[in-house]
Amino acid sequence: MTMTGRSMTSLERVLTTLGHHEPDRVPFFLLATMHGAKEVGITIKEYFSRAENVVEGQVRMRAKYRHDCIYAFFYAPLEVEAWGGEVIYAENGPPNSGEPFIRRAADIAKLEPPDVRGSRCLHKVMAAIEMLKQRVNDAPIIGVVMSPFSVPVMQMGFEKYLDVMYDQPELFDRLMRINEEFCVQWANAQLQAGATAICYFDPVSSPTIVPRELYLRTGFQVAKRTLARIKGPTATHLASGRSLPILPDIAETGTAVVGVSAEEDLAELKRACRGKLTILGNLNGVEMRTWSPAQAESIVKAAISKAGRGGGFILSDNHGEIPWQVPEEILLAISEAVHKWGNYPLER
Amino acid sequence: MASLAGYTRLCQVHVVDGKGEDYFLESLARRLETALLSLDEPAVREVLVLPEASSSPLKFVDQVIVPVLEDIGKGWEDGKVALSQVYMSGRILETLVSTMLFQTHHRRESQPKMAIATLIDYHFLGKRLVSSALKTSGYELFDYGRVDVDEAVGLVSRDGIDVLLLSTLMLPSALRTHDVKLKLKAAGLRTKVVVGGAPFRLDPTLWKEVGADAAGRTASDAVEIVNRLAQK
Repeated sequence: MTMTGRSMTSLERVLTTLGHHEPDRVPFFLLATMHGAKEVGITIKEYFSRAENVVEGQVRMRAKYRHDCIYAFFYAPLEVEAWGGEVIYAENGPPNSGEPFIRRAADIAKLEPPDVRGSRCLHKVMAAIEMLKQRVNDAPIIGVVMSPFSVPVMQMGFEKYLDVMYDQPELFDRLMRINEEFCVQWANAQLQAGATAICYFDPVSSPTIVPRELYLRTGFQVAKRTLARIKGPTATHLASGRSLPILPDIAETGTAVVGVSAEEDLAELKRACRGKLTILGNLNGVEMRTWSPAQAESIVKAAISKAGRGGGFILSDNHGEIPWQVPEEILLAISEAVHKWGNYPLER
Repeated sequence: MASLAGYTRLCQVHVVDGKGEDYFLESLARRLETALLSLDEPAVREVLVLPEASSSPLKFVDQVIVPVLEDIGKGWEDGKVALSQVYMSGRILETLVSTMLFQTHHRRESQPKMAIATLIDYHFLGKRLVSSALKTSGYELFDYGRVDVDEAVGLVSRDGIDVLLLSTLMLPSALRTHDVKLKLKAAGLRTKVVVGGAPFRLDPTLWKEVGADAAGRTASDAVEIVNRLAQK
C-alpha cells in the first residue's frame, strides 16, 4: 500500500523494490512472448509480423495474468535478422536463428553494423513500444537487447566464437566494438520510443559459459562500456546461466537487476545481492510445463519466502521467455500465488 | 613447481613400493586436468608422451583421460568449470590424443556403430563437446551435422546406426526427439537414442517423456552411456 492506503501501481511497486524497500506486494514479471499469439488467436509467425499484434497480445496478457510489466521482446534472433541473418519460425516455439551469417572469422574484419533506424524488423519493435506507451502508463515497458558479448553466438556460432575469443584477440576486440555500437544505438532507440528500461541479455558472461577470469577481461569490460552509454536503467539477464561467483562484478557494471538461474539457490543469491542488485527470477520455465497448479503455488511461495524480504526481488522465470508449452492454467496459478503469498509484510 | 619427470619418478616409487599403479594413474589424471583447465597445452603433451600413455593407449584413456573428462563434466555440472573450459579442454585433447596416442589399430575393436547430430537447431557446441569426448575416449562416430526428423531417420537407416546421439538447444526441438524415436520404430530400427542439451538439463524427466533411451547432462556422461550400451 502507499501512504494513502491505495494499492501501488505496477511501476511504483517495481521502483520501490528496485530501491531495496518493500512495496505492497512482490512484483511479478511474466516474461511471456509467444503466449500473446494465443491471446490474439493467430500463429507465432503471424503474431510477430505486425507490431499491432504484439501490442494487443501484451495488453491482453497483462489484463489476464495481472503482472507488473510489459515485455517488448519479440524473439532472440531479431537482432541477427537486422544484421541480415536468417530467422526460422516454429509452430510451437520461439523463432530461432538460422545459419550464422559470419561464415569465417576473417569476415569480422569487414563487418559493419546495421542502421537501427533503417531496419524493418527493428522498426516493428520500436513501433510496438510507441503504441504500448500510449496504452499503458502504470507499468514499466521492458525493451531488450542482446549483449555485444553474447550476440556472436548467433552471429557466428558458439564454436567459432570461442575460437575467436581464445585465439584471435584482435578480431574479438573488433567484433566487440562493432557490436557495442549497434547495441547502444538499439537500446537508446527503444528508450526513445518509450521503453522504461532495457534488459541486457548476456548469457555468455555467466560462469556457466566462461570462467570469471576470462569474464573480467571480456564480458565485464564490454558491459561496463556498453551500459554506461545506454540512457536509461538496465537489467542484466543471464538467461538460465549461473551468476553467484560474479554478482559483485555484475553490480559494478552499473546494472540494477540480475536475472538469475533456477540452478542456484534464491536464498544464497539474495544474501549476495542484498542492497546491491535486485533479483529477477527464478522459476524453471522448462519444468513449468508439467507443474500442477498446486505445485506452482508452493514453488512461488517458496521463492517469495527465500528472496522477498526487504524488497530487491521481482518474481519471474529463469530464462526471460516462457516456453510456448506452459499452459495458461499454470501461468494463472503462478499469478494467483504471487497475489496470495507476495503481500508485504511477508508471513514469517 | 617440481618437474614432471621428477613428479613421475616420485609416483613410480609408489608403484615400485607396491602402493599401486592406480595411485600413479590418478596422480597423472589430476596433473592432466590441471593442465587442461588452465589451457596449458605443453603440460598436456608432457603427460601424453609418458610411457604409460603411449604403450597402452586404451588403458590410459580408460584410467586417466575418461576420469578427467568425467571430472571436468562434473565440475561444469556443479558450476565450478565453465563451458568454454570444457570446449577448450576437448579441443586440446581431441587433437593431441588423435595425433599422439591413437593410430587406427588402437581404436576400440568392440563398439556400437554411432552417429551424432543436432536436431533442428543451428547450435553445434554441445554436439562438438560430446563428439570430442567420445573420440578422445577411442570411439568412432558419424557426424550428421544438423538434421530434421526425417533426415535423421533416413541417415540412421542408411548407415545401420546402433546408437544415435541427438543434441538440442531449444525445447520444441527437444520435443521432436519423440518423432525420431517413433519413426525409427516404425521403420523397424532398434537404434538407441541418447539425448542431451539445455532442455534435458533443465527438466531431468524430459528424456523419458520423449521416449529416449538415455540422456547425458555432460559430454563425459555420453562416454559413460556409450560404454554401458557397448557392453550390452
